[in-house]
Amino acid sequence: MITEKTITDFIYREADLLDTMQWQAWLDLFHPEGRYWMPLEWQQHDPVLQPSLMYEDLLLLKVRVERLAGERTFSQKPKSRCHHLFQAPQIIACDPEAGVFKARTSYIYTETRGDMLERFSGWASHDLVQVGDSLKIKLKRVDLVNFDAPFGNIQLFM
Amino acid sequence: MDRYRNNALAIDALVRDAEVHRDVYVDPEIFELEMEHLFPNSWIYVGHASQLAKPGDFITANIGRQPVLASRHTDGAIHVFYNRCPHKGVKIASEPCGNTGKFFRCPYHAWSFKTDGSLLAIPLKKGYEGTGFGDAQANEGLSRIRNVVVYRDFIFVQLNDNGVSFEDYFGESLSTIDNMVDRSPVGKLAVVAAPIRYMHTCNWKMLVENQTDTCHPMVAHESSAGTAVKVWKREQGSSTETPMAVQLYGPFMSPYEFYEQSGIRIWPNGHGHTGVANSIHSNYSDIEGYVGQMVAAYGEKRAHEILGEVRHNTVYFPNIMVKGAVQILRNFIPIAVDKTLVESWVYRLVGAPDKLYERALMYNRFINAPTSIVGHDDLEMYERAQEGLKSNGNQWVNLQRLYEAGEQADVTAVINGTSERQMRNQFHAWAKFMTIDMGERIEAAE
Repeated sequence: MITEKTITDFIYREADLLDTMQWQAWLDLFHPEGRYWMPLEWQQHDPVLQPSLMYEDLLLLKVRVERLAGERTFSQKPKSRCHHLFQAPQIIACDPEAGVFKARTSYIYTETRGDMLERFSGWASHDLVQVGDSLKIKLKRVDLVNFDAPFGNIQLFM
Repeated sequence: MDRYRNNALAIDALVRDAEVHRDVYVDPEIFELEMEHLFPNSWIYVGHASQLAKPGDFITANIGRQPVLASRHTDGAIHVFYNRCPHKGVKIASEPCGNTGKFFRCPYHAWSFKTDGSLLAIPLKKGYEGTGFGDAQANEGLSRIRNVVVYRDFIFVQLNDNGVSFEDYFGESLSTIDNMVDRSPVGKLAVVAAPIRYMHTCNWKMLVENQTDTCHPMVAHESSAGTAVKVWKREQGSSTETPMAVQLYGPFMSPYEFYEQSGIRIWPNGHGHTGVANSIHSNYSDIEGYVGQMVAAYGEKRAHEILGEVRHNTVYFPNIMVKGAVQILRNFIPIAVDKTLVESWVYRLVGAPDKLYERALMYNRFINAPTSIVGHDDLEMYERAQEGLKSNGNQWVNLQRLYEAGEQADVTAVINGTSERQMRNQFHAWAKFMTIDMGERIEAAE
């Protein structure tokens, strides 16, 4: 039975996998049709015909993860690390009958590499689906408060 | 300590036939002189007319250190001004774009200006009676930039009133813009969204050079494009249809021979493009319905001529790159000697299927975004170069690949696609436009 706590636990676990760089386990959280989306507009509604910072399916996320460990991935020498700090996820929907599970989480994300440290603030929205006994990510949407600012490299996942 | 100011000979000496001195990338004084001379003496892109669709629409930009403001007047004309109030110098418009209505109003003392820049009203006007205000420069309103050319909706300005004419400056190189516009069945492009912005901690010229550097993709992008190809080969299963993403990433891994044969074309004044015979954009899938639309609009022969031109990167000296085949323009905006703001714009082909816009947006976020793995590869190299150039071991950057003694400057030519001649072409133009208004050298040369 999926409860609100199941959703919350899922979101904390997802962040923990990212912070501890367990990339493969993180990818395993995605549904085969899952997407990771970072919009480039305020309250953006269309990931395809409006510009985004990221809109990637599982294949492209696998490319990113595989690249992080690549022998010739020079932008990961030295490697980046990240840290997520959350407010408690806000449950938007938890309806096992309809199979709809949604949450929105306000957070601060830190990415660091060498002597550089960058901070980002925003909201993560999770659209989850039940597969067997567990949840999978159908859509993870990351809305930065300053999506329109010129950033340097953002190499990991928020 | 001024080493280069008013010293055209010292600036010239930074550019040898096939080498440039590191000071062009790392010396703060050179950067200041670029802002004072190179950018005002060049024709600079400030925006697209579709961003100024209605009267009162405006956009803001910077040319070198100078803030400018472009607006659409009630009669349909586009004007470009220095973005400062003639009263106390306050910037009139602070946002990247917007609509000001019938007039601009300074937020400090409410001086107001028509959208052609002329002074409309000053509060308490009688306080200026008998002061000779009619003869003051402030009475003329917003200072207008005289050299403004809107070429097929691309707005270019030159701050120097006495510089090279638009036609002489760009010449045949405008054919890339022509081709990009002609790719719309109605011959029109539109900007419908904000650009992707990416801050680079490196000198702006490293980015410009990289646009025609064809010996780096298979090396620097092995991590991104190479991994994409590898993962696709492993996981595609029985599917034979290459997804759009793999079509965009894959060609980056083409071998040296591919780039050699693609060719580079150079033009006078530092312009040039890669992808003469073919390019990394040659083999994208047809978009359903599009070729039919083009044939209907232009006729069979002309339509295939337009679509057969698949130039890769066209550098318009000094600081934009146009990618006609995917409707992208990248603007490399210098902020400091080691800081560059990159704005990557996507144009929508008016009248063409949505799928083309979708592909262009996808290309832009795959290659030009701060979240782009291809972008990560490049920026890492620029940052390492910015660091490495501090070394005293060798103070010269080598641009010698396929150099031939007696190579002519300011000519049109098609050359081997792995040549560094376009970079040499750019540095010849760099020295020219840096020093063209520094008195002494002009006399010596003419």
